[in-house]
Amino acid sequence: MTTDALLIELENVTRVYRMGDVHVHALRGVSFTVRQGEYIAIMGASGSGKSTLMNVIGLLDRPTGGSYRIRGTEVNQLSRGKLADLRNREFGFVFQQFNLLPRISARRQVELPLLYAGIAGRRSREMAEAALVQVGLADRIHHRPDELSGGEQQRVAIARALVNRPSVLLADEPTGALDSKTGAEILDLIEGLHAEGLTVILVTHDPRVAQRAQRLIILRDGQIISDEENGRKAVQWMLGDAHEDH
Amino acid sequence: MKIIRYLQVALESIAAHKLRAMLTMLGIIIGVAAVLTTMGIGRGAAANITQRIESQGTNLLTISPGARREGGLSQGGGTAGTLTMGDVRALQDKSVHPHLEFVVPSYSANARLAAGSQNAQEAVNGVTAEYAIVRNLTVASGRFLEANEVVQQARVVVLGAQLASDLFGNENPIGLTVRINGEPFRVIGVLKKVGGFGPNNPDRQAYVPISVAQGRLFSAPRHRGEYTVNAIYVQVMSQDLMDSSQQQIEATLRLRHNLRADQDNDFWIFNQASLLETAQSISQTMTIFLGAIGAVSLLVGGIGIMNIMLVSVTERTREIGLRKAVGAHDGDILLQFLIEALVLCLFGGVIGVILAYGVAFVFGQMPAVGFKVVIQPDSLVLALGFSLLSGLIFGIYPAMRATQLDPIMALRSE
Repeated sequence: MTTDALLIELENVTRVYRMGDVHVHALRGVSFTVRQGEYIAIMGASGSGKSTLMNVIGLLDRPTGGSYRIRGTEVNQLSRGKLADLRNREFGFVFQQFNLLPRISARRQVELPLLYAGIAGRRSREMAEAALVQVGLADRIHHRPDELSGGEQQRVAIARALVNRPSVLLADEPTGALDSKTGAEILDLIEGLHAEGLTVILVTHDPRVAQRAQRLIILRDGQIISDEENGRKAVQWMLGDAHEDH
Repeated sequence: MKIIRYLQVALESIAAHKLRAMLTMLGIIIGVAAVLTTMGIGRGAAANITQRIESQGTNLLTISPGARREGGLSQGGGTAGTLTMGDVRALQDKSVHPHLEFVVPSYSANARLAAGSQNAQEAVNGVTAEYAIVRNLTVASGRFLEANEVVQQARVVVLGAQLASDLFGNENPIGLTVRINGEPFRVIGVLKKVGGFGPNNPDRQAYVPISVAQGRLFSAPRHRGEYTVNAIYVQVMSQDLMDSSQQQIEATLRLRHNLRADQDNDFWIFNQASLLETAQSISQTMTIFLGAIGAVSLLVGGIGIMNIMLVSVTERTREIGLRKAVGAHDGDILLQFLIEALVLCLFGGVIGVILAYGVAFVFGQMPAVGFKVVIQPDSLVLALGFSLLSGLIFGIYPAMRATQLDPIMALRSE
């Protein structure tokens, strides 16, 4: 696996929602590529299409037009079952609201993707526990969500995203529901995983989060208006932009 | 293997939502318990009725006087007064009626019974010694009437259990005197409690020699010079001789009563076996009827399951979305929800069975009911099978709804 292998290719991707008679153009021709091992932040105001883009990349949503290839495979032609398999194998999801299942232990949460990967029994337990150790929750393996702090819950969610060794970690506002100190710890954890070779795509509206990424993509009205390596300049501009709004 | 893992997921989910699971199961619990107890009550009642009928004597034919006709107008059953002691002797003739084991006449009337300061107005039965055998009566203390007492017109009386305690309380009445319409009678026996019901309840009756009843006690009317009787009880030697015996008795009585071919019988012959048959078919119908009511409640329970499962699908959109995001196929979600419905129904069914046994036990402890709820394995299989089936039928729709949920919408919902 070479580090600069092309992982994701989007070409003129559009996504149109029909809401009654109104057509909402969430994405209006988005093109970019992601190489193995990149750390990308996607920024934009709410309604800019960043969540839709995230869902399309994560195969939770299909593009209306354009082309989306994962490792050269055109996903538009894949069946629902194949898409489910790709989600399971290639992507790990982390959400703002953690999305843990109620009242089951951290280990069982982390075992969930393994259930659908057909991994069971001791192997599944060991993989889940290893993932929990990796995110620093060795002493929380048998705790249930209501016994964990917000930061710990997000760590469980990250362990769940990691456990099946995906190619890409897709994080949608992973620090949005956390205080700044805990949020920073979660970002440190994600960056540590990136340092070990994981491709990270992170959606945020927080410039301080975004500027830590190696590459910053800024969306506005469903289009990419900026895509640059080490996007500090763009962040400065966004910060200024945000000030003007207020 | 997949099934076993999903079973674990289902159990986990049930354990995580105990209240919801309990509410879902409630319909099935009540449905299964209802089917089992209603069918059990039906069967218990049937067994009880059969046993009560059998307790009044098996292979028993009861002959009673029929309706007298005056100018083509029927005067109603029992008015004819045409059954006489002569008929009884004719039926007792073994050379003509070899299959009739016992032929027992009975002449009864209401009388005032008194012992000390206690009074009672009850039926006094004039019978012969074999009456106890024919009617399956057992003596609790003392003895029943004997043949020589009937011949000698002895003034002795045997009391039903309830009557004895009404007149004498806890005192042992054997050897004591009861006045019947003012005449003194010596108590020679008390019958065991039968637990009968209705106007012919043996527990409330007194038994005296028929010769005394027809003679000085009640002065029974005569027909062609013979004392009349209220009833003749005939015990036939075996069950399969019942019908032929009934025909022979009918022929003898018609001949003795000089009935022409175009005239109806002036007596009734009542067949205990056919009563039993009727009672059994009635209780079978009742059991089916009660079972059907129970089945309806099971159906309602199934719809309840569907309701709550549908609500829970909406409530669990986030969970379903997450499962899809981490790689669950449509089939995985379908299977999970279906297995959950089946597990809930099976649990509910088992709890329903336990509840039904509980109800049966409580029912059996109630003295007023007087019979047991009989839960048989076939109704167990039926009830559990039905609850699993309703889980399958009513679980499929919510499971399909869960499958069709859009994962993004599911994850977005707050």
